[in-house]
Amino acid sequence: MEVKHIALIGNPNTGKTSLFNLLTGLNQQVGNFPGVTVEKKSGRFQLDQNHSVTVTDLPGTYSLFPRSRDEKVVYDFLTKKDTADFPEAIAVVVDASNLERNLLFFSQLYDLGLPLIMVLSMTDVAEKRQIRYSSSGIAKHFPGVPIVAVNGRSGEGLTDLKKAILKFEHSPRLEKFVDADLIAIENDEAAQTKDAELRFQKIHYVLKTAIHRPAENVSTFSNKLDKLLVHPIAGYAIFIAVLLIIFQFIFNFANVPMDFIDGVFGDFSAWVGNTLPAGVFTDLLSEGIIPGIGGVVVFIPQIALLFFFLALLEETGYMSRVVFIMDRLMRPFGLNGKSVVPMMSSVACAIPGVMSARNISSWKDRMITIMVSPLMSCSARIPVYTLLINLVIPDQEVFGFFNLKGLVLFGLYSLGVVMALLMAVVMKFILKSRDKSFLLLELPSYKFPRMKYVGILVFEKVRVFIWDAGKVILAISIILWALASYSPNDKAERIIADLPKPLLQDSLAMKEYNVMVASIELENSYMGILGKGIEPAIRPLGYDWKMGIALLTSFAAREVFVGSMATIYSVGVEDDEENRQLIDRLRNQVNPDTGEKVYNLASGGSLMIFYVFAMQCMATLAVVKRETNSWKWPIIQLLYMGVLAYLGAFITFTLLS
Amino acid sequence: MKSSLSKINIGQLVRVASITQGDLQVKLTEMGLYHGKEVKVLFKAPFGDPIAVDVDGYVLSLRKSEADLVQIEA
Repeated sequence: MEVKHIALIGNPNTGKTSLFNLLTGLNQQVGNFPGVTVEKKSGRFQLDQNHSVTVTDLPGTYSLFPRSRDEKVVYDFLTKKDTADFPEAIAVVVDASNLERNLLFFSQLYDLGLPLIMVLSMTDVAEKRQIRYSSSGIAKHFPGVPIVAVNGRSGEGLTDLKKAILKFEHSPRLEKFVDADLIAIENDEAAQTKDAELRFQKIHYVLKTAIHRPAENVSTFSNKLDKLLVHPIAGYAIFIAVLLIIFQFIFNFANVPMDFIDGVFGDFSAWVGNTLPAGVFTDLLSEGIIPGIGGVVVFIPQIALLFFFLALLEETGYMSRVVFIMDRLMRPFGLNGKSVVPMMSSVACAIPGVMSARNISSWKDRMITIMVSPLMSCSARIPVYTLLINLVIPDQEVFGFFNLKGLVLFGLYSLGVVMALLMAVVMKFILKSRDKSFLLLELPSYKFPRMKYVGILVFEKVRVFIWDAGKVILAISIILWALASYSPNDKAERIIADLPKPLLQDSLAMKEYNVMVASIELENSYMGILGKGIEPAIRPLGYDWKMGIALLTSFAAREVFVGSMATIYSVGVEDDEENRQLIDRLRNQVNPDTGEKVYNLASGGSLMIFYVFAMQCMATLAVVKRETNSWKWPIIQLLYMGVLAYLGAFITFTLLS
Repeated sequence: MKSSLSKINIGQLVRVASITQGDLQVKLTEMGLYHGKEVKVLFKAPFGDPIAVDVDGYVLSLRKSEADLVQIEA
């Protein structure tokens, strides 16, 4: 029978994904299994010139019987043999350095009568630990199953695997490994335990003759490194150092390509605007679509860099040690050790943070992590914080050596962290879940990272972001652009017509005139009308309609706040690194009714708190929708963070004024 | 006298007697903790939770509450 479709299956950390990457390279597709957010990876590769095969990578699992959503996917896949695209061969990856536990799952699959090929991986690790095994000694207990050894790191043995697939013939089982009806005990945990014990007894007997290993486990490099990395002081110090290095890289190096992308898209949209004939279509293209695409592309450097580091940590095996030392600290908050990475990543940007929550196997812990991560202050909040702090916080020293501005910035960051943990506790009690949170985790031995796989992972994450979240981001940008560019009446045009045009067309006067025009247009657009419309609602927070407009436009991305403020208050933003002009203009704003300054400690502080809590990032919402597979979660997130922001800002304003 | 895996000191070699019945019984068994298995506590996280155990050459980490379920032979 010709094999057209194979599945890859096996325990976690067996090198299954390495094998998948080795077979397919970049020829991969990442999607979800129907109805669940469990990643489904498939790809194609050539067996020889005439035969190509589709391969599906199934989530790693320790046993046939599912305990999590990922494992349920595997169980459902394997027990539906009648479906049309059921694979003709299933390659089971078996870790040669850890045969006992791996053979448990294999023997269950064997007893289901599935068409199996055993792929022995980690042969180099087994060799290093001086474990000698005999393939034929294993093979004689699983008649009819071809066994090949493939080194996922070097690619050695890959041709043997391809040959085995080419000449694969499924032979019916004459005898089971352990006589049991596995399907019948699907819901009987006592029987499953009994079955697992029986299997281990038999595997123990098989391995007695099939493997030979030293009496004492060879004390490896991994053991020594572990002692250091989980040390109560050194362990945390190293983790903090690793985080600092990663953030330094992201803040220092992501900015360069991000500014470049900003510049390129800005120039391109200006060029389109000036070159194409004036009209709605040109405006849509130059002010809606091109900046919208730019708004997607601009996130790529951050996502790519962060996933580059996360993949390195994962590949080396360090990540599971982080989970190990952080688990106890995170548990009181309804989170677990695996929540640390998504939350820390969110300090750079919540988008890769939310995407990296995929690793959390407990559904409830994962949802809580996704829901609270955007409360961590991301890098897009920095321009907003900086502007507001410079505007309303006096430059003075506290206790002689702290700068008050710096303290406030630190306070805003801390407030985000505290609120994220608090909300996690709240959700711990609200969210209901049947699956129990457990840790039971294998700590893989340390390995040197393979750059090729790191590269593939980064590429896949960026691709998923662009295609799945990019669509939503683009759509919302176009809507926001339309709201800010169109007006239901011709009021703006009449005002502009009355505005004296500069007599001299010299650059400075003309620039000022254009800035005025932009301000008038925004004020009278749908967005301006909306901003004025919400004024009664935001007045208790100390805001006027101008701030209302800035709040609405910065839904596109928080940093847009600064640009919107500049437009509304008719300040050109070019060549003004520290926004001095804008800050001066804002300081001089006076409320016409009360004669008080509009931007004082109360309203400025209120705005800061608002920006700490509010979910003003359509890109994150789009990613949450993608990762949870429903609009329900991003909407809940938008609402609860909105309520927090409103209440927080209200309390701040009331206390400070 | 019976004790559980959570009470074992680092470096000590012990033999699994049984797993307490409950939600995690199958899971712990499937991870290789079955009657008669020799295991060794390798190291513990700060605050003594979770712990890392050598099971047949691989390192299994489990929370203290999970290790409580693993009864060991005296």
